[in-house]
Amino acid sequence: MGAAVATFASTFLAWTWTDEFPGNLTVTGYPGGLQVLTLVGSVLTLLFLLAGLGVRGLRWLTPGGSTSSALMLALGTFATTWYTVAAIAWQLGGLANLEPGGFVAAVASLLLVLSVLGLPADMPFDEEHPPAGVLARFRHVLKAPEPGPAMVLPSWAEVLLVCAACGVGLTVFTYGIGAEAEGFVGFLILTGFAAAGAYRAGLMRRVSSLTHKYRNVALTAAFFSAALFPFTQDSDAYTSVAVSILIFATVAVGLNVVVGLAGLLDLGYVAFLGVGAYTAALVSGAPTAALGVQFPFWAAVLTGAVVSMIFGVIIGAPTLRVRGDYLAIVTLGFGEIFRIGMQNLDGQSGPDLTNGPNGIPGVPDLKMFGFDFGESHTILGFELGRFANYYLLMLLFTAVIVMVFRRSDSSRIGRAWVAIREDETAASAMGINAFRLKLLAFALGATLAGVAGTVLAHVEYGVHPDGYKFVHAVPPNSAFLLAAVILGGMGTLSGPLIGAALLYLIPNKLQFMADYQLLLFGIALVLLMRFRPEGLVADRRKQMEFKEPDQVDAPTHGGGLDTKTGV
Amino acid sequence: MTSDTITSTTVLDARGVTMRFGGLTAVGGVDLTVNEGEIVGLIGPNGAGKTTFFNCLTGLYIPSEGQVSYKGKVLPHRSHLVTQAGVARTFQNIRLFANMTVLENVLVGRHTRTKEGLWSALLRTPGFKKAERASEERAMELLEFTGLAAKRDTLARNLPYGEQRKLEIARALASDPGLLLLDEPTAGMNPQETRATQDLVFAVRDQGTAVLVIEHDMRFIFNLCDRVAVLVQGEKLVEGTPAQVQSDERVVAAYLGTPFEGAPGADEAAEVAQAEQRTEGDDQ
Ligand SMILES: Nc1ncnc2c1ncn2[C@@H]1O[C@H](COP(=O)(O)OP(=O)(O)OP(=O)(O)O)[C@@H](O)[C@H]1O
Ligand SMILES: [Mg+2]
Repeated sequence: MGAAVATFASTFLAWTWTDEFPGNLTVTGYPGGLQVLTLVGSVLTLLFLLAGLGVRGLRWLTPGGSTSSALMLALGTFATTWYTVAAIAWQLGGLANLEPGGFVAAVASLLLVLSVLGLPADMPFDEEHPPAGVLARFRHVLKAPEPGPAMVLPSWAEVLLVCAACGVGLTVFTYGIGAEAEGFVGFLILTGFAAAGAYRAGLMRRVSSLTHKYRNVALTAAFFSAALFPFTQDSDAYTSVAVSILIFATVAVGLNVVVGLAGLLDLGYVAFLGVGAYTAALVSGAPTAALGVQFPFWAAVLTGAVVSMIFGVIIGAPTLRVRGDYLAIVTLGFGEIFRIGMQNLDGQSGPDLTNGPNGIPGVPDLKMFGFDFGESHTILGFELGRFANYYLLMLLFTAVIVMVFRRSDSSRIGRAWVAIREDETAASAMGINAFRLKLLAFALGATLAGVAGTVLAHVEYGVHPDGYKFVHAVPPNSAFLLAAVILGGMGTLSGPLIGAALLYLIPNKLQFMADYQLLLFGIALVLLMRFRPEGLVADRRKQMEFKEPDQVDAPTHGGGLDTKTGV
Repeated sequence: MTSDTITSTTVLDARGVTMRFGGLTAVGGVDLTVNEGEIVGLIGPNGAGKTTFFNCLTGLYIPSEGQVSYKGKVLPHRSHLVTQAGVARTFQNIRLFANMTVLENVLVGRHTRTKEGLWSALLRTPGFKKAERASEERAMELLEFTGLAAKRDTLARNLPYGEQRKLEIARALASDPGLLLLDEPTAGMNPQETRATQDLVFAVRDQGTAVLVIEHDMRFIFNLCDRVAVLVQGEKLVEGTPAQVQSDERVVAAYLGTPFEGAPGADEAAEVAQAEQRTEGDDQ
């Protein structure tokens, strides 16, 4: 009863405080972004709360837990609001700069969290007695039951839902890429909590089962919503970021073939991007290129892919004979050899091929079918700048590479890769020529990176050896690529894409803390590995792997028997 | 018992297989043949070298001496080529692909009997689709055969122990082997599961695959096998029908450490004494 009253109060509060916002927004003169975030957060919380109360027409929002998801959203709103308030106080020097609206928002969001905490917790699994103790109770509140079987919808509605999910994705991405540094932090906080909330509500599972059912529809919808992105921008400022993200993400998908599927820890992967980029620059007709030839783009892409593949085989053939950690170290070494080699092929320490540390600048813009990628074009009333052109071009390559990943994954070859990753000895006892297949994975990965590299050379007006380091504060570099794959979820398709987007945007947006970036990045990675070792997007195959059956937050009905200790 | 009639063709012929690890001779000059349609048992105390012998047969180890031929052809020392040739195996400590589904595990077993490469997978050629469908059909057949069809989409790691062992057999059978090597297929099973496994092995034999099986469960071995070889300290002590082996005092001695009457040869006596020391440290 008390809980119900508290809910009433909190819904009431949530409303009043969103109403207060517009005034607050203008008075502080603060960029509106953060308040919008709080507003979105509170509306979402309210929706989930109402769904939890059984309001008709909203039940679909929470097939799983309602309270825990509302709590997540409430926490997200709370964190965003308090972050905003703190940021205002910090930047303008003191709490005095806060208008009353700020205080109201802070107090209201705190009350919201407290009142949601007062709600009866979701009853996950078959626990009969509510746990005692504040901490145990809090943990209990965070747990959510599995969503029940989905309501049967006509398939067109399900397809529409998939498209809507892609639309939401695009909106979130567009907002994130456009946010300023402070707004971006708020954005991260809120999307993080909202994603956790949606996960607890069972929405994530619904969407993922739908996208699984309509793989091709989902991929097409994702492709089109990605293609719509440049049309939402009125300048090239963010499309240039977007095209870099796209290249980075595509290379991460390529690396995922090597790391995620075949289980080969490659720490020098960025070298293959470099091989592709250098090859494309050399045959691009750039004035400083040592080869005075200009290939048409398709030929340049093919050359880049083939040269990368050859490098992949050359590097793979000796290194793939060692396993595990040794492979990581050897690939790390080869990655550095590539960069240092490029730095030294300058006519003094070697043949003049790459202009050494100067790189090859002045790679001309692409021209295809009379379409100059370097110029702005107006399509359907939308102005598309240089980067938007390249973005759309790269998107095609991304689509191709995504398809390569998917198709090789679900084939005899892909299964053999996963088998090698799981147990190389058993795989070869099943008749798999492990060395050949590992070499194939390595070469395919190299080829995909090479293709991305050929576009990169044109987008960035040239190539430079410093772009292909093992670790560097900005992506792409081998460490970040690997992190994108691991953070996103090894062996999955969307994982590396999401991971790469985050890993590109975070350093890009938060330049004010550039000095601590690698440190923070390391801490974040350690925390992630501790609490969600399977990455943001869990591989269907791996979902159970890291969860011990007796762990608090793991469902026990899976009966996950650990084969290794069971022997 | 078919053991005495050597009418059928030889499937496996191991001659003088020896495996040394540094100073330790884990397997010393073992000869063994398996004929078509036969189930042969390999028994021996812990550490006798049974698994090592299997590893020599399947190319996981390169034997220090000796050679192994399958249907008249000498087997290479490469694990995947041995499987390609037609010898499949299971492992004593289950080695499934834990994070793949039951069906996928069996499909991996089909690897040597299909040949669709990367290109056909990328282009999704009609041939690719046909081969995938055929592989899946065959895999499902094997899952029906081993009674795992209902679990096709379960992750291998989530199977109960007994079913994991069965899945290993299904996966090995997927390569359509002429000889199946089973390393302790009933370890950790309850009596019902053991009986089911026994029926399964008979069924495998009836489908035309010869079987060589290591097992510590004597009842299982003596029910199942046409012929049994006993390995002690890396050397073959006795070989014969279950009845012969069962009544052989040296085997009893090697296993139980009880002294035996009769007059064995001097070298055999030494062997047995060694075996006794190993197993128990008897006061003979
Ligand atoms: N790779 C290796 N290196 C060194 N010694 C080994 C190796 N593999 C096996 N051995 C040794 O060889 C001997 C035989 O081992 P093996 O595993 O073949 O016994 P087994 O008959 O299968 O025993 P069990 O019934 O316990 O499975 C043991 O003494 C073992 O320690
Ligand atoms: Mg053994």
